[in-house]
Amino acid sequence: MVKELIKTKNLKLWFTDNYVLHDLDFTVYEKKITALIGPSGCGKSTLLRSFNRMNDLIPECKIEGEILLEGQNIYDSKADVTDVRTKIGMVFQRPNPFPKTIYNNVAYGLQIRGEKRKSVLDDVVEKSLRDAWIWDEVKDRLHTSALSLSGGQQQRMCIARALANQPKVLLLDEPTSALDPKSTAKIEELCIDLKDKVTILIVTHNIAQAGRISDYTTFMYLGDIIEFGETKRVFTVPKDKRTEDYLTGVFG
Amino acid sequence: MNKRKLQEIVGVNFLRLGVIFTAFFLISFLYIIFSKGGSVLSWTFFTDFPREGMTTGGIYPAIVGTLYLTILSILIALPLGVFTAIYMVHLAKPYWLMRIVRIAVNTLAGVPSIIYGLFGLTLFVRIMQLEVSLISGALTLAILALPVIINASEEAIRSVPRSFREGSLALGATERQTIMRVIVPTALPNILTGAIISIGRVAGETAPIMFTAATFYSRMLPTSINHEVMALPYHIYALMTEGSKPDQQVPIAYGTAVVLLLLVMFVSATAIIIRYKIRKSRKW
Repeated sequence: MVKELIKTKNLKLWFTDNYVLHDLDFTVYEKKITALIGPSGCGKSTLLRSFNRMNDLIPECKIEGEILLEGQNIYDSKADVTDVRTKIGMVFQRPNPFPKTIYNNVAYGLQIRGEKRKSVLDDVVEKSLRDAWIWDEVKDRLHTSALSLSGGQQQRMCIARALANQPKVLLLDEPTSALDPKSTAKIEELCIDLKDKVTILIVTHNIAQAGRISDYTTFMYLGDIIEFGETKRVFTVPKDKRTEDYLTGVFG
Repeated sequence: MNKRKLQEIVGVNFLRLGVIFTAFFLISFLYIIFSKGGSVLSWTFFTDFPREGMTTGGIYPAIVGTLYLTILSILIALPLGVFTAIYMVHLAKPYWLMRIVRIAVNTLAGVPSIIYGLFGLTLFVRIMQLEVSLISGALTLAILALPVIINASEEAIRSVPRSFREGSLALGATERQTIMRVIVPTALPNILTGAIISIGRVAGETAPIMFTAATFYSRMLPTSINHEVMALPYHIYALMTEGSKPDQQVPIAYGTAVVLLLLVMFVSATAIIIRYKIRKSRKW
């Protein structure tokens, strides 16, 4: 039986007067991959960034409603935003390694929480890099700059960096749109491998990608969730005409 | 010959003329300073005290004094400037305060340096009763260097990609940790370049230290920040305007100018090397 990990209740979001997310009720199931698809500007990235409160950085943004992570509202006034972001990690569209060594990039999450013991850091760095399938490529150069890695390697290192926090949820914001097909394939396989450990929510422009890797698919259009369901069902027998049109490429 | 071709030739030669003029001034400048000052340069010129009413001996205390003034003023201005810049980029509230600070910084950058001297005299020497001293001069020079350091730091901090900040915050870092661990280290090389450029400026200023720190002659090196000091630019000024033996004083003044130039050149070269290294390592 699948367990509900995140639920949004009446989630509404504005940028100044622009009503972006329209009263969304949405569920993310534990240890599954949920894909968010939809045309540009439909609000899927904004929804994704609501889950780790990254929209807090935008002063014009106003949010109403609740997002419950295991029953706790992450927008509660008592909720600690750094704690939320530790539990719900994020990987961005463009790989964004810090200009530090590979080791210090991956250890960053622990270091900011005050972990200084070298043995602990060493273990977590190795485990995270292994989990992100990049250990063998970097084990001999952990102390060189992360900027020397290729784009695909950088993105996997960013996944490792997020995994080092042992998050419950990993948010992926079009993680392969800046990568070549080979690196993309590797990250897709990696996602499937990771879902035993972490719940994944992925925004993608690539419909085929959503079909290949996700268990659930959400189709968004103009700030509304039009359709949500198991990927197989959404892709084969969409209930809504707009979902069908989007999936078949009538609009995009 | 057609008209366009003629315009082309005239245009290019006009530019060439500009280059030749610039080169002429630059080369004759260096030639005059070095030829007039080169004769007094020797090892003892760097290591000796001035003797017999400035007519012979070295300029060691002035070199030390300029070094002390410069280092102390940068040590004061650098943290202040970097903190201000961080605040202006990342907190930037309230809006009216930011506007005032920005106007103040840009105004300070355009103030003639003699006015800094008068200001330092009033505030540090008189009101704060720091007397004519190393610390009064360093504080005055620090204010002179602040706009340069703030502007360079602000530029450096602003040019740190947004994605670094987002990446750090998304890993659960606080705003303060993000600034201290990611943004400042990333911006640091550029901040330092700005600081080095202002070192060149501070080292060469005469007017701000004239009333606040500098002395014509000192028999000993300063041993505390409350002592007055000799300084290279002021030493040149003093040699040219005071004393009764211009024949002996003038070459020493030019020699001092050479030392000051070498010092500033050395500092600028360091800045260029640092900038070169940053550009090479910048890949994001």
